Amino acid sequence: MISQLTGTERVLAALTFLLLVLFGMAMAVAGRDDLIGPHGWIIALSGMAGIIALLRAYGAPEPSPSRLSEYYDDPSKAGIVLTLIWGVVGMLIGVWVAALLAWPELTFDTEWASFGRLRPVHTSGVIFGFGGNALIATSLHVLQRTTRARLPDQFSPWFVLFGYNLFCVLAASGYLMGITQSKEYAEPEWYADIFLVIVWVVYFSIYIRTLMRRNEPHIYVANWYYMAFILVIALLHIVNNLVVPVSLGHAKSYSLFSGVQDAMTQWWYGHNAVAFFLTAGFLGMMYYYLPKRAGRPIYSYRMSIISFWGITFMYMWAGSHHLHYTALPHWVQTLGMVFSVVLLVPSWASAGNALLTLNGAWHKVRDDAVLRFMMLAAIFYGLTTFEGSFLAIRAVNSLSHYTDWTVGHVHAGALGWVALISYGSLYALTPWLWKRPALYSARLVEWHFWLALAGTVIYVFAMWNSGIIQGLMWRTYNDSGTLNYSFVDSLVAMHPYYIARAFGGLLFLIGAVIALYNIAMTIREPRPVATESASDIPLVGQPASAVQAGE
Amino acid sequence: MSVGERDPFTGHMTTGHEWNGITELNTPVPRVVILSLIITAALGLVWTVLMPSWPFVTSYFPGVLGIDQRNVVANSVAEAQAERSPWMSSIEDQDFSAILSNPELMRIVRENGRTLFGDNCAACHGHDAKGQRGFPNIAQSPMLWGDSPEAILQTITVGINSTDPNTRVSQMLAFGRDGTLTPPQISQVTSYVQSLSATGSAAPLDKDQVEQGKAVFAANCVACHGKDAKGLTDMGAPNLTDSYWIYGGERQDMYGSIYHGRQGHMPNWGARLSPAAIKILTLYVLDMRKQAVGAGS
Repeated sequence: MISQLTGTERVLAALTFLLLVLFGMAMAVAGRDDLIGPHGWIIALSGMAGIIALLRAYGAPEPSPSRLSEYYDDPSKAGIVLTLIWGVVGMLIGVWVAALLAWPELTFDTEWASFGRLRPVHTSGVIFGFGGNALIATSLHVLQRTTRARLPDQFSPWFVLFGYNLFCVLAASGYLMGITQSKEYAEPEWYADIFLVIVWVVYFSIYIRTLMRRNEPHIYVANWYYMAFILVIALLHIVNNLVVPVSLGHAKSYSLFSGVQDAMTQWWYGHNAVAFFLTAGFLGMMYYYLPKRAGRPIYSYRMSIISFWGITFMYMWAGSHHLHYTALPHWVQTLGMVFSVVLLVPSWASAGNALLTLNGAWHKVRDDAVLRFMMLAAIFYGLTTFEGSFLAIRAVNSLSHYTDWTVGHVHAGALGWVALISYGSLYALTPWLWKRPALYSARLVEWHFWLALAGTVIYVFAMWNSGIIQGLMWRTYNDSGTLNYSFVDSLVAMHPYYIARAFGGLLFLIGAVIALYNIAMTIREPRPVATESASDIPLVGQPASAVQAGE
Repeated sequence: MSVGERDPFTGHMTTGHEWNGITELNTPVPRVVILSLIITAALGLVWTVLMPSWPFVTSYFPGVLGIDQRNVVANSVAEAQAERSPWMSSIEDQDFSAILSNPELMRIVRENGRTLFGDNCAACHGHDAKGQRGFPNIAQSPMLWGDSPEAILQTITVGINSTDPNTRVSQMLAFGRDGTLTPPQISQVTSYVQSLSATGSAAPLDKDQVEQGKAVFAANCVACHGKDAKGLTDMGAPNLTDSYWIYGGERQDMYGSIYHGRQGHMPNWGARLSPAAIKILTLYVLDMRKQAVGAGS
């Protein structure tokens, strides 16, 4: 990849790596008595690895100007591989923590293997490691195809991809060491958060710079969603992570907010992370790969518009439904509930738009497991958003809150929607990018599809049962007017469901391993097709100077 | 302006835009979507009129129904208290023997005590109250601080080695680590204690060892465990002649306890539970012990 950088970009890369080494060393020295020290070393070592890679490619000729007449897909390719690896790692830890709930002895009396440390490795591993890499890889691909413009330069996409993955490594390794802000889905500490902001600004700039040079008059829906994802995540991430570090040599920090303001900020962040990371980003993915694979026009452009603005406007208010019946003022809860209920309509309009797009292509859904992944994802999207609006109703929430029902709801969305649309899109994208006639094995895709569906259904049903039983046991009174069950009674009742959940997760994990194998074999398969990828309309040629001048 | 084409399958026109082969139909928004939006928004609006909702600068709209979650909670807590008060006041006012001989009250104690015990005590003493290593069996074994209802109630309230100023305090000294006894002496006294214990010893005991151990015991242990080794409830020191061992009844367990000492901990539940709840727990434990004795005899 170094040889693809121009001379200026190589200097930029060298400077970046030097800065990483400098900041990493500074952290390692200042934090030699703190957990921030090992993280300093990780950062410094990644910078040194980059410098070594640069030196090894020293003297390699600059890329030829003819590159500017082709799309730049190598960062997307690397992103696909990273997505699949993070998927396997994150889901493996997920199965482990699921097993821990059924058999708590599996911590082996070690600190790093306790539930509290492994659980964020699972959530961050699948949401940010798997989901985030899938979004970066596909967004860079979709952006170029739908604007008919090449990425603005070669350096910034690699910076985003590697920077983002360095952040994920800092996050996961920090959890195992015991570094956490204790904010759900925002656990990494201040220095990792600041680093992510820099990466994210560059990501946004890639989008803006490419859109400014687009050769299509209109901006495609997928890009609206990807842009909303990038922009709003920046906003959420910065506000929720406003903290004061104990010192520059310590990982620990204190939030700028306290009490119920802190809780509200956290769940404004948390719910909009669901909205703009796990929903908007993946809707962007769906809007490109589903119609492309089905060979059908989007059912309704007008429905896309009201869905997009409905979702972006309404979600912003919905976060307070995570804090029903708490110290949060009642009026904030009412608003959160009302907006969550209205939100159902644009959500279902999106799911409906996707499914109606398949009209005229249902025979393909039957025969093509890749398209079936995307179809099922749209169905799960519809189911999960219905459930979400339902659970946001205060009276329902009084039963479901703090129970496994919430966990089941999240996984209906995460497994059924996010993971299925990602795998469907990656299965479609891989042969296009590597110019292969087809995937290594269509049978393995079928296996993955049924394992994923079975795993999701087992998981979600187990958690529905367990959650509702839990909720009922916690509120059952006896004749003398006291609670009928102790908390331990409810745990005993949960045990069989926890085993079922771990089994469902295991099926899903096996599917993820199959996907990794199938795509790896597709990439290694030694029969590339010589012709240009049949899926793409050629890039509009750009004179070299037009791109270079601005960089 | 780009020109749309008619999609042969749906009959709708496309918008005329195309992105890498993807087109969009200009299908009107289905009426059901518009209607649903209107209905949900209208229902939502009605709800915000009924409930506390829209914020003003320094206050908020309280809703025409006048409902507020704080009042709802206060009311339902008061209602539940009223519902419990007939039997609750009996438990609070009557003495232990009166309650223990009242079957109706004891039924409520068993029902309520089970959940109280499960939520507060089971983590250490076990679901069946039979304890685990480090935590005594309170269903069967003699109580360290006395078996009377008053003693049990006091133990639950102030705890053992807790943060309560009136806490019960006890400590088994680290005879080996602090150098009070030499390892051979500890070995001797261990043999002596094994000879007294109902658990006995797997291997035959050396008679000389037991004799020497008796002297060591008399010089070091009787102050807390008593001359007959049956424990002193004033000190919270356990009976060594029965078959219950908090830290294990094997020879190496006893040796370890004598060498390193022991200091157990029980929280002062008075800081967390109401006096009535502590009384119910005391009665629950007494009842459980009575049944265990009944089953054993």
